[in-house]
Amino acid sequence: MTLAAAHPGFMSPSGVEIAFALVGIATLGAALITVTTRQLVHAALWLVVALGGLAIEYLLLTAEFIAWVQVLIYVGSVVVLLLFGLMLTKAPIGRSPDADSGNGWVALTVAVAAAATLVWVVVDAFRSTWIDLGGAAQGSTKVTGAVLFRHWVLPFEALSVLLLAALVGAIVLSRRGAPARRAASAALGALSGRGASSGPGAMSERAAGSERAAVSKRKTGES
Amino acid sequence: MHLAYPAVLAVLLFCVGLYGVLARRNAILVLMSVELMLNAVNLNLVAFDVWLRDTLHAGQALTLFTITIAAAEIGIGLAIVLLVYRNRGTSDVDKLTDLADTGTLPDAGSASIAPTTDNPADTAAEQALRAREQTA
Repeated sequence: MTLAAAHPGFMSPSGVEIAFALVGIATLGAALITVTTRQLVHAALWLVVALGGLAIEYLLLTAEFIAWVQVLIYVGSVVVLLLFGLMLTKAPIGRSPDADSGNGWVALTVAVAAAATLVWVVVDAFRSTWIDLGGAAQGSTKVTGAVLFRHWVLPFEALSVLLLAALVGAIVLSRRGAPARRAASAALGALSGRGASSGPGAMSERAAGSERAAVSKRKTGES
Repeated sequence: MHLAYPAVLAVLLFCVGLYGVLARRNAILVLMSVELMLNAVNLNLVAFDVWLRDTLHAGQALTLFTITIAAAEIGIGLAIVLLVYRNRGTSDVDKLTDLADTGTLPDAGSASIAPTTDNPADTAAEQALRAREQTA
C-alpha cells in the first residue's frame, strides 16, 4: 500500500509493534500450555488467557467491536461451556494420564513442518507490506454496525437461522430419553417380550397387562 | 505495523491448534484446539481487513460470522460428546473405533459394532421405560 521508500524499517519497531509482539508471545505461550498440559481444567483456564490475548491483539489492530465480541462470546460463553462439558464428563481434577494419545511425535512433526512452511511463505510474501493504523479507526462499533446492517444483512439473518438450528439440535441431542431412543427402547422391549413369550407365564402376564390397560381406560372414561 | 506480525502469530497459533487436534485424546481438549485454530483464522481476517481498508469491511463481518459459527459448533460438539459419554462411558476419541478398518474379517468386526452401554444409569432408565411400556 505505501511506497517502499516511505515505510519504516523492520529493525526499528514502533510502540504498537512491540506491544503486539509481547502480547503475541503471551498468547502463544498460553496456547502452548493449553495443548500440552495434563490437567484438563487448567487447559480450559489457559485457553481464557489465549483468547483474551487475542482480544488485545484485535484492539491493537483497531478492531474494537470484534475485540469485545471476542471477550463476550469466547471468554464469556465458550470457555464456560467447555468447563461444563469437562464437569459433565467427569474429568479428573488432577493430572490425567490419558490426556495425550500415543501419536504425540507424529503430531509434533506435522505441526512443526506446517509452521515452518507457513511462516516461510507468509514472511516471504508480506515482507514489504505495512498496515497503516493512522486515521479513523477501522473497526469502531459505529463503522462495524453500519457496514453489518447495510451490506451484510442477509448473511446476518441466515446466521441467526443457523444459530436457531444449532440451539434446537443441541437440545435434541442432549435431552435425556429423546424420542428416537424411546422408540428404540420400546422396540427392544417388544423384542425381549416376544423372546420371553415362549413360556406360558409371559403370555398370561401380557394378557394381564392388557386387562389392566382396559380397566384404566374404562376408569378414565367414567371419570 | 508490519503485516508479518499478525500473519506469523496467526500461523503459529494455527499450528499449535493443529498439534492439539492431532495429539489430544480427550474430545473436549480436541474441541479446545479447534477453537484455537478458528481464532488464528479470525486474527488473519481482521489483520487483512485493516490492511486493505476494505469499504465493505468483509474481513470484520466474516470474523463475526466465524465467531458465531464457532459458538454453534462448540454447542453441538459438546452435546455430541456428552451423548457419547452417556452411551459409552468415555470421551476418549481413541476408543471410538466402531468404524475403524481393523483388517479383520467382517464377523469378527461386528462384535465391536454392538452398542456397549457402560453407564449404569442409562440401562436403568431403559429398563424402567421397558417396564412402563409393558405395563401400559
